[in-house]
Amino acid sequence: MAIQVREADGTSEVKIESGVAALEARAVRKVFSGARAVSGGGTTVRAVDDVSLVVRRGEIYGLLGANGSGKSTLIRVFSTLLEPDHGEVSIFGLDVARDELAVKRLINRVSVEASFFKKLSAMENLVYAGRLYGLAPETSRPKIAAILRRLGIETKRMSEPLEKLSRGMQQKVAIARAFLTAPMLLLLDEPTTGLDIRSKREVQTFVRDLRDSHDATILLTTHDLDEAARLADRIGILHQGRLVAEGTAGELAARHGGSSLEDVFMTATGRRIEEADEPERTDKA
Amino acid sequence: MISQLNGQLGLAYAFVEREIALSKRYWAWELVWLVYGIVTSLSVAYIGLAAPAIAGGAADTAAVSRFVLYLLVGTITWRFLGLIFEQMGETIAWERWEGTIEYTFMAPVPRLTHLLGMCGATLVRAIGFSVAILAAVTLFIPVDLSRANPASALVLLATGAVAFIGLAIGSAVFPLLWTEKGLQMAYIVQAVVLLVSGVYYPTSVLPGWMQALSVVSPATYVIHGMRAALLDGADVGAVWPDLWPALVVGAVSIPLGLRLFLLAERHAKRTGRLKRSG
Repeated sequence: MAIQVREADGTSEVKIESGVAALEARAVRKVFSGARAVSGGGTTVRAVDDVSLVVRRGEIYGLLGANGSGKSTLIRVFSTLLEPDHGEVSIFGLDVARDELAVKRLINRVSVEASFFKKLSAMENLVYAGRLYGLAPETSRPKIAAILRRLGIETKRMSEPLEKLSRGMQQKVAIARAFLTAPMLLLLDEPTTGLDIRSKREVQTFVRDLRDSHDATILLTTHDLDEAARLADRIGILHQGRLVAEGTAGELAARHGGSSLEDVFMTATGRRIEEADEPERTDKA
Repeated sequence: MISQLNGQLGLAYAFVEREIALSKRYWAWELVWLVYGIVTSLSVAYIGLAAPAIAGGAADTAAVSRFVLYLLVGTITWRFLGLIFEQMGETIAWERWEGTIEYTFMAPVPRLTHLLGMCGATLVRAIGFSVAILAAVTLFIPVDLSRANPASALVLLATGAVAFIGLAIGSAVFPLLWTEKGLQMAYIVQAVVLLVSGVYYPTSVLPGWMQALSVVSPATYVIHGMRAALLDGADVGAVWPDLWPALVVGAVSIPLGLRLFLLAERHAKRTGRLKRSG
């Protein structure tokens, strides 16, 4: 099977084997060391510890964990921004290290911070983002306007500097940026953190629509148990850099006991999700 | 092949368009830097005009006029080359501060295309600033360009720009690797290049070890050649002794700078430094 991806000079095909997983991580490990990387200094921190997971095509996979559990580190590895010390990651069968440019064409990411040129408008930021993915402005402008309207942003606000938009609106623009490039795999790193209830619901509805109507696979990290239960087909629980439980909400409840995801989380990790994780530290030799 | 080249040019243009849009939004700061550039260039020119009075001797008008032009060629050429040098590093630091660096490096853009796009944006700004400063200075100071050879000057400037692009890509490694101190390191390198390149004086007045450094600075050759072209009307053949070393520096520094940048990017990805800091 072949997937059409947009190149700077038009479209080209990336050969994807039939039935291949959208994302496969095998024994991924990442250790940070040095005084600057580790608060307190003089130690190494095992941020991700031997994580293996598979996200099937068309699935919404929720990665649940407390602050410091290694969720963002793992997302950064998947999005080519961080090299693992050990292990392999493939996206639609393409190796993240060897086929970096091809992988980049298949993915996009929404992080907890909206990350834009704040003085530029939503339209200017998104036209620029579209250009980086080979979309000419005459193609991207109407598409951007339609996506932003769909996310509840009025036309007149699209040309205002982003710094004048609320945190919730900025996060919607970040989601629009990811959606604009039609990624096969969307990496959402706590996309609703800090949003009000209404914005959170709008974003969650959009994420589900995105999967249902655009054949996207979504990996979502969150420390919001309700969000994981509402959106994810399968859930992985990350604790101190290790994947300690995985399955559907029903499977997790059956395996770990308890009637809610909160109970499952407490049984699997021995702590409440509000408590920050302390990743394993070792003294430098 | 042609469609691929067009595609890469389109990607590179994204960075030019972005910088133009940012300049429009930050127009007040652009105005500040322009006024600053005009004022410093004018100040240097007035030092030239006042040289006989400062030295306590007399000098004929032609000699003073030549000295003023000598200084102006140095200051404006340096302004042009310096902007190329500093903006590359500042753009990386800026992207860290805005938080966009992760998205730029995650985009499916070959690094060469990305860096060339940034250089294109830098060149547009450097040319705009230099022309504006030159025009403004001529309103205040009589500049005698009657003997100038503009063709030689343009060839030298173009060569200098290419040579400085390599250095600029290399210096952008500092803010890529060191989130806080990187830009400061790049400024120090730029300051040393200013000191040893004969911007305001012949390099022959420098101590021996500084003269040794001046040999590897492309600015030394470009500024020396620009003076020959604009003060003495030297043609391209006459400035060739200044042209070829600058070409060699460019031919070496661009692939070397790119290689260094790619190595630094790899290191940043291994150590987790490729992230926002603002």
